[in-house]
Amino acid sequence: MNRRVVRRWISHAMVALMLVAVVIAVAPLLFILGDLLVRGVGSLSLEFFTREPVPAGETGGGVRHAIIGTLLIVGMASLIGIPLGVAAGVYAAEYSHTRLARLSRFVADVMNGTPSIVVGVFAWTLIVARYKQFSAIAGACALAMLMVPMVMRTTEELVKMVPGSLREAALALGYPRWRTSIKIVLRTALPGIVTGVLVAVARIAGETAPLLFTTLGSQFLNFRIHEPTAALPLTVYTYAIGPYEEWHQMAWAAALVLILLVLLLSVAARLATRGRFQANG
Amino acid sequence: MEAKSASPGPRPGLQGFSKGDLIFKGGLTLAAAAIPVLMGLLAFELYAGSRLAIDRYGVGFVTGSTWDPVAEKFGAWPLIVGTLLSSSLALVIAVPLSLGVAIYLSEFAPRWMRQPVAFLIELLAAIPSVLYGLWGIFVLLPLLKRTLFPFLRDTLGFLPFFQGPIYGPSMLGASIILAIMIMPFIMSVSREVLLAVPGSQREAALALGATRWEAVMSAIVPYARSGIAGAVILGLGRALGETMAVTMLIGNRHQISASLFAPGYTMSAVIANEFAEAASDIHFSALTYVALVLFVLTVVINAAARLLIWRVAGGGGGGKGL
Repeated sequence: MNRRVVRRWISHAMVALMLVAVVIAVAPLLFILGDLLVRGVGSLSLEFFTREPVPAGETGGGVRHAIIGTLLIVGMASLIGIPLGVAAGVYAAEYSHTRLARLSRFVADVMNGTPSIVVGVFAWTLIVARYKQFSAIAGACALAMLMVPMVMRTTEELVKMVPGSLREAALALGYPRWRTSIKIVLRTALPGIVTGVLVAVARIAGETAPLLFTTLGSQFLNFRIHEPTAALPLTVYTYAIGPYEEWHQMAWAAALVLILLVLLLSVAARLATRGRFQANG
Repeated sequence: MEAKSASPGPRPGLQGFSKGDLIFKGGLTLAAAAIPVLMGLLAFELYAGSRLAIDRYGVGFVTGSTWDPVAEKFGAWPLIVGTLLSSSLALVIAVPLSLGVAIYLSEFAPRWMRQPVAFLIELLAAIPSVLYGLWGIFVLLPLLKRTLFPFLRDTLGFLPFFQGPIYGPSMLGASIILAIMIMPFIMSVSREVLLAVPGSQREAALALGATRWEAVMSAIVPYARSGIAGAVILGLGRALGETMAVTMLIGNRHQISASLFAPGYTMSAVIANEFAEAASDIHFSALTYVALVLFVLTVVINAAARLLIWRVAGGGGGGKGL
């Protein structure tokens, strides 16, 4: 009898311990988001979004150049990464038995686990070293490479989930295969793919390591893709490790803008999936 | 487009391939082939870039411990030790926590709690690394310096790991931030694996008179064992390559110390710090060599994790997806 009670108490104690683990696991998230909000909001102003930095030591100035730079770099990365990832994903789903599909699926997994800093070194040797010039496009290529495996695997899984009957119906009506793939299969899977793409964009938007020695960063607004360009994550990094108190303030504010951008994309991703379930009934 | 719509007669069928089909398939094939090609190119470029250092230092690069760009002496041993040590410490902290959360959420938590808590923790994975670094520098490190570090020195100070001066930037500080960062990955993968365990396992244990905790430990966790191992190794892979937060918190000193309060260095951090400012070809080459070692390490680790996860999730015959 007594042992039974002890055993039950052990069970309860372990459950309590696990509950503690849940609290410890959720706490950092709340603290990080809270600190970003509290410390970042104070330094946000209209000037922050509409001006470039002022010389070190002075107060004021903004990060317009970095916000636009991030949009530029992430936009270019998406232009390269999304079509490539979606096409490779459709291939892996539609011709899933082929040797190439198996190979690229496996390699995509390896690619997904490759540290982003290593991809940055790759982009440096391939583009920056070759053209002797830090550039926005080199950073965009590095980010695109991080994006491709994520987009590919999501696309593949969603295309596989499209019912075979839909495809057969289209083929039976005399649709060519390529139009069936695009108009029927891809369109059915589209909301899910949009979610996957948005999640991937959100992840690369915050990437810093691959940009350190590809886009390098800059103090000025720049639209030329073959020149060094600022980006929000780089700005956060530079200001955070800098010696000035004003810089630290700027770092927190830039961090708040960055996390809002990332969370916005994540929420948009969730909404895109929700729309799908309503549309399909 | 026009060529397609003008193409003669309704020829397409299940067997026949029209011109459009060929173009379409060609495009897809190119995209799919681009992925292995890109990866091959990456491996080749890393090797080509580090040839200079490989030729000059050979395997001694891995065992040497001097890193002096001016004298052109490069040894990566402290970096490798730093990477492995910070990642293993992060695992020691993160694994019990994430498994506790995963087991709680899959076995014990009330239904209303499961999705929201899992979502919150997975949100941690969405926070960019550089923001962890920022938070670490200005919030976590000062906090640790005031509370946990003195506490550890006072209570466990007889161990060599918890002796010496407390600076703030340290191996332990970096490991703690790493632990927070990899926790969501370990948690969500092991949760999925646990959810894939058939209910009959649990019911059998309970029917034999086990308490709920005993049922978990004797019937459910052993069943999911290799999947959980996969999740842990996946977390390790993440920790090894993590760059920004570690660079900002570890103190960036080329040394191996017994004390966890002392600064250290990792492979990813040295690349982040020195690559943009490297002055000589041999310095670039040495840094690329470091990247190559890191790349090989993560490929091996990730391949091992995938194999373990496939054995459960794939071989176990379709777990219930979410």
